[in-house]
Amino acid sequence: MDMNLDLANKFYRQMLLIRRFEEKCVEMYSKEKIRGFLHLYIGEEAVAVGVMNALTSDDAIFATYREHGQALARGVPPNKIMAEMFGKVQGCSRGRGGSMHLFDAKTRFYGGSAIVSGGLPLAVGMALSDQMMKRDRVTVCFFGDGAVAEGEFHESLNLASLWKLPILFICENNLYAMGTALKFTESETNISLKAASYRIDSSQVDGMDIITVAQAAQEAVAKIKNGNGPVFIECLTYRFRAHSMFDAELYRDKTEVAVWKEKDPLVILHQQWTGINIDKYENEIALIIDEAVAFAENGTLESIDDLEKYVYSAEGVQ
Amino acid sequence: MNSIITYREAVRQALREAMEQDERVFLMGEDVGHYGGSYAVSMGFLALFGPQRIIDTPLSESAFTGAGIGAALGGMRPIVEIMTVNFSLLALDQIMNNAATLLHMSGGQFNVPLVIRMATGGGKQLAAQHSHSLEGWYAHIPGLKVLTPATIQDAYNMLGLALRDPDPVLIFENSMLYNTKGVLDPQIQPLMIGKARVQRAGKDLTILTYGISLFKSLEAASALMKEGIDVEVIDLRSLRPLDDETIMKSVAKTHRVLIVDEGWKSGSISAEIMARINEQAFYELDAPMQRVCTVEVPIPYAAHLEQAALPQAEKIIAMAKKIMEKQ
Ligand SMILES: Cc1ncc(C[n+]2csc(CCOP(=O)(O)OP(=O)(O)O)c2C)c(N)n1
Ligand SMILES: [Mg+2]
Repeated sequence: MDMNLDLANKFYRQMLLIRRFEEKCVEMYSKEKIRGFLHLYIGEEAVAVGVMNALTSDDAIFATYREHGQALARGVPPNKIMAEMFGKVQGCSRGRGGSMHLFDAKTRFYGGSAIVSGGLPLAVGMALSDQMMKRDRVTVCFFGDGAVAEGEFHESLNLASLWKLPILFICENNLYAMGTALKFTESETNISLKAASYRIDSSQVDGMDIITVAQAAQEAVAKIKNGNGPVFIECLTYRFRAHSMFDAELYRDKTEVAVWKEKDPLVILHQQWTGINIDKYENEIALIIDEAVAFAENGTLESIDDLEKYVYSAEGVQ
Repeated sequence: MNSIITYREAVRQALREAMEQDERVFLMGEDVGHYGGSYAVSMGFLALFGPQRIIDTPLSESAFTGAGIGAALGGMRPIVEIMTVNFSLLALDQIMNNAATLLHMSGGQFNVPLVIRMATGGGKQLAAQHSHSLEGWYAHIPGLKVLTPATIQDAYNMLGLALRDPDPVLIFENSMLYNTKGVLDPQIQPLMIGKARVQRAGKDLTILTYGISLFKSLEAASALMKEGIDVEVIDLRSLRPLDDETIMKSVAKTHRVLIVDEGWKSGSISAEIMARINEQAFYELDAPMQRVCTVEVPIPYAAHLEQAALPQAEKIIAMAKKIMEKQ
């Protein structure tokens, strides 16, 4: 990957969009505009932005309930994401899904799954369909360190490797599954080793450094497109905020959080590329986010008469 | 001594006493230790009982539920906590194919004294992977007992009853109830597993319900009383076994039945109850039985849609009036 100021600007802008968007979500949550569970991506921006950079519009994405960052980096319109969280029809899932269930067919964004590890088998199947139909596409599957303990993680890795599927596994290892530290739940805390045991090309990278992530993702996609089967990247990262809005964070101490905050992906990138025009992006993004809130605010609620829609496909849909 | 406490505190107190009274009892599940429980039920227990008895598990519902079954076989009295009924589906194989069957398959040799607690229900805008009421599904399975504490007293008593039971017992705690308050009398002789309770006596119509819907039904009953309709509200408490006796007695008294359930209608516990009344008390009925259940959609996120999907006091009132119109 040829790193240059243009790319640094692009990365910075996308990460800043996620950061400011998430901050606005907190504000909207405290105003009770957003309800339910809200999981923020603050601190982990480099992972989503770095990975998405390696994809084309043909590729597919499966993510978790902590997926605002992936959706934004993929290009799901901020307006539609905010409207979704406001429960409006104009939302990317018509207000049916909320924060944890963002979906967007246009950008091949397949959600938004809130069952930990539930997305992995789907990604395997998507990649299988590409293989069967001889389509030159990659499926990317994001999941947390918590997913690694589930059977579906292991079953999916095995299938992907056995069938040599075009799939990129991105493990966002932020060291905690809710309030339980990885060291209390895994006998082997190096997750990439688990993937390697399924004979998957796997590595562990610094998930706070976007250039590293972007580089690794680009190489991975190239390998996958060469027909070499799946690639697994474990991104070491950290969530700066609580697990969700209901978390008192009794399980980690403030100094640990402070140490990780020094590795803020936005700060690190700016240190490497001092030419980034931060002020310009702050201004642009403030406008984008104001517009997203206004769009969500002005959105409409789905009629209750339509409550039972979308349980089965509409007639005539093939 | 009587006290007014929350549902959360009642479960918590029962757990603490169970742990203190029987060293074979231990609690295992996701985030029960360091985090304090996803609904803060076991907050502080890790410090109190130590990591041997308050076990933070990985996200491995199938394995730790199965391990609970194994530990029960080994003479322990495990309490497995599953965060939400939707996640219990990852452990359904262990619950259905092992916990519920071992006694029978082994010709009576191996019983499984396991307690599984989990949250259930909608109403918090958590959408379609966190909000369902699947306790009725579990009530389909012979070998399991299915409890649905609604009151503070039951939130406290049912855990002890379940722990004393030789077979697997599932306890469903509706997540909207944790912050509700009520009276707890620790000295009261607990009402047995399998017994329903007449929560409000009445003569015109019987509402059969459980869990959070009990309170919506009681609210409806008060409103209906003002219009001269005297409703009997029965808290089923246990979906398996069902208390046929109490149900039929009430049907024989009021001759009219409304079932209120946060589960869906199709293939449900509400359908089962109707079938039993049909089998055992058909000639007592003066009007067709009716149901207020959750609309048959996965629970949507948007508040107005979610509330429209769930049973509500207004819907109960309207349905009760409709039943009363039939002479
Ligand atoms: C199967 C399942 N079990 C439990 C939960 C509850 N839960 C939601 S998020 C979470 C922690 C997951 O941690 P991780 O995979 O590391 O993702 P992170 O939140 O750190 O991004 C848990 C236990 C769930 N959603 N699904
Ligand atoms: Mg994590």
